[in-house]
Amino acid sequence: MPINYYIFLAVALFCIGVAGVLTRRNAIIIFMCIELMLNAVNLLLVAFSKMHYHALSATAPHAGIDGQLFVFFIMVVAAAEVSVGLAVIVMMYRNTHSIDVNFLNRLKH
Amino acid sequence: MPFCTPALRGAKIGGSQSHFMSIQSIWLVPALPLIGFLINGLFRNSLSKSLTGIIGSGTILFSFVVSLLIFGQVRQPGFQGEVVTLFDFITVGKLSIPFAFQVDQLSMLFLLIITGVGFLIHLYSTSYMHEEEAPHFARYFSYLNLFVFSMLLLVLGANFIILFIGWEGVGLCSYLLIGYWFKNLEYGNAAKKAFIMNRIGDLGFLIAIFLMIQQFGSVGFGEVFAHASSAKVGVLTAITMLLFVGATGKSAQIPLYTWLPDAMAGPTPVSALIHAATMVTAGIYMIARSHVLYDLTPVTQGVVAVIGLLTAVLAATIALKQNDIKKVLAYSTVSQLGYMFLGLGVGAYTGAVFHVMTHAFFKALLFLGAGSVIHAMGGEQDMRRMGGLRKWMPVTNATFLIGCLAIAGIPPFSGFFSKDEILGAAYAKSPIYYGVGLFTAMLTAFYMFRLYATTFAGSFRGTHDQEHHLHESPSAITIPLVVLAILAAVAGFLGIPAALAPDAHVLGKYLAPVIGGEAHGGVEVSKGTELGLMALAAVLALAVSVWAWMRFKSRPDLAEPTGFGKVLAGKWYVDEFYNAVIVKPLDLLAQLLVFIEKNIIDGIVNGVGRLVQYGSRQLRLMQSGQVGGYVLLMVVGILVLFLVELFVKK
Repeated sequence: MPINYYIFLAVALFCIGVAGVLTRRNAIIIFMCIELMLNAVNLLLVAFSKMHYHALSATAPHAGIDGQLFVFFIMVVAAAEVSVGLAVIVMMYRNTHSIDVNFLNRLKH
Repeated sequence: MPFCTPALRGAKIGGSQSHFMSIQSIWLVPALPLIGFLINGLFRNSLSKSLTGIIGSGTILFSFVVSLLIFGQVRQPGFQGEVVTLFDFITVGKLSIPFAFQVDQLSMLFLLIITGVGFLIHLYSTSYMHEEEAPHFARYFSYLNLFVFSMLLLVLGANFIILFIGWEGVGLCSYLLIGYWFKNLEYGNAAKKAFIMNRIGDLGFLIAIFLMIQQFGSVGFGEVFAHASSAKVGVLTAITMLLFVGATGKSAQIPLYTWLPDAMAGPTPVSALIHAATMVTAGIYMIARSHVLYDLTPVTQGVVAVIGLLTAVLAATIALKQNDIKKVLAYSTVSQLGYMFLGLGVGAYTGAVFHVMTHAFFKALLFLGAGSVIHAMGGEQDMRRMGGLRKWMPVTNATFLIGCLAIAGIPPFSGFFSKDEILGAAYAKSPIYYGVGLFTAMLTAFYMFRLYATTFAGSFRGTHDQEHHLHESPSAITIPLVVLAILAAVAGFLGIPAALAPDAHVLGKYLAPVIGGEAHGGVEVSKGTELGLMALAAVLALAVSVWAWMRFKSRPDLAEPTGFGKVLAGKWYVDEFYNAVIVKPLDLLAQLLVFIEKNIIDGIVNGVGRLVQYGSRQLRLMQSGQVGGYVLLMVVGILVLFLVELFVKK
């Protein structure tokens, strides 16, 4: 499969993520959009890794395995980040009874 | 050369083996007033008045004693000048300027005048200034001590730089003391005027020093004078003319003399010390000191003589119509200084220095006498409201009369001898100089006796309160008057002209190693002519004095001046002329610059500040606290960077 397809898909996912972050006010949806962007980039990483080591796969079956592994690390870190982020959102809801980010502008002072 | 080499330093001189005070101790003379200045200046808030007076006068008295002891060595026959080097002051490349003192006959004479007359005036001040509050009293004495220190530095310096330091120091003290009563705006302005006019002259002096460094590579008296004859006459003329510019400022000659009459704003003892006896003679000292240069430049000598003569006549005519007792004396000082410059210009250096000495005595006496009168009159200075004071103030009256006789040039008082010596030398140079000089001497006799008769003779014209208050001054004031009167009466015998008694010119013989005795150049005058001139001067002075006395003793000159007298009373309108020609245009220029500064330069500077403030106020609006806004900006920024990367870089 040509690399272009992967790139188009990743760009499409990323743009959906950006648009979501820009337009939505619900913190959880924004959060999900951020995850979407992250995973778009992750997908791209896997794809490029596979493309780079494709020629070597006949002689060295483990070539490019570190690229694939790296993606798993990213997913693990992202999972940890999600748990922290969700905890923040829960605390936010407890304090303001709302998860609308436009309410949270007190940092400007 | 009268200037010794450093090898002579420290050596005992010609047959004088046992001395209480070695020449090396000369540094004590200026150091003592400096100590007095520091003590009085730093502790002025805690010292009592009597202690301040004792410190102020005592340090000067000590200086005088040290000077006298050293004078005992210097006056030995065969003493050659010594240079006492204290430390290296400035060393730049090949130029080396030591902090060194010149001890010779000329500087010793000035030392004695400064410390001697200075002490008397300090003593006088303890009584005269007694009504001042203690801190101001101490301020006065500290300034006065600082002045004496600077003046001693001026005459002791062994090179033009040390001389210049003293020169600036006395200018500063003059400024501080003229403006002593600084709350009076007019007095403050007089102080500023004196300082600025002095600065104009000082600039000339400074350029002369630079020229000397460029020409001779040194500013030491010994080196400069030794190499003077090898320099081009043009350069020497420039140097001497510029030095003379400095002298016209400090010694109040045309065109820079107008500050001196205004300087009478200061306390009277200050006028006596600074503006009559010592500081204003600094220019004469400087030219007498560098007479080697002046002898080589006849053009400058001519200019010095003519300027001196013009100043003498101009100031004497103004003095005829002044009614302020101190103003008359001030113009008289300017006139007498003109005389001294005439003497310098015709090569009678001894005569000029002689006149400096006698003038220091009789003019200090006259100023102190005037101070005593002003004291008794409760601050009144207009002599039209005085009159008949001899009844109340016998000591002041008698001493003042001696001062008048001395300045009028009536034998055997001191002024006669010194003036005669200058006039004789002027006659040898040109009879025109002599004629104008004699005319000035007659004017001097006239205005002095007008002053004396108006003040002391006739009946009292002041208010009843003033009359009730009239009294003889206390002894701290009368003792200096008496001492100075004795000096003013007899000092002339130090310089009896050769025509009267051969070899009797003590001062001439004393100064001969430095100044070289007789007048240089010109035609020799026969003994008969000289005696004739002397008799003529004496008779004319006496006649004019008697005439003025008879005229003013019962009918004082009270009317407002009219006609030509008005021009004289208006001081030839020189101040007005300077105001119109120099001060006004400068004022306009200053106003223009103020306008430019206020509107253009300030506008630019403030504009930059305002722009930054405005810009930041607008930028602040972007920080809204809305996360969405930040993200949008971030995305836009990333997109812009992409576009730049894609389209611009290629």
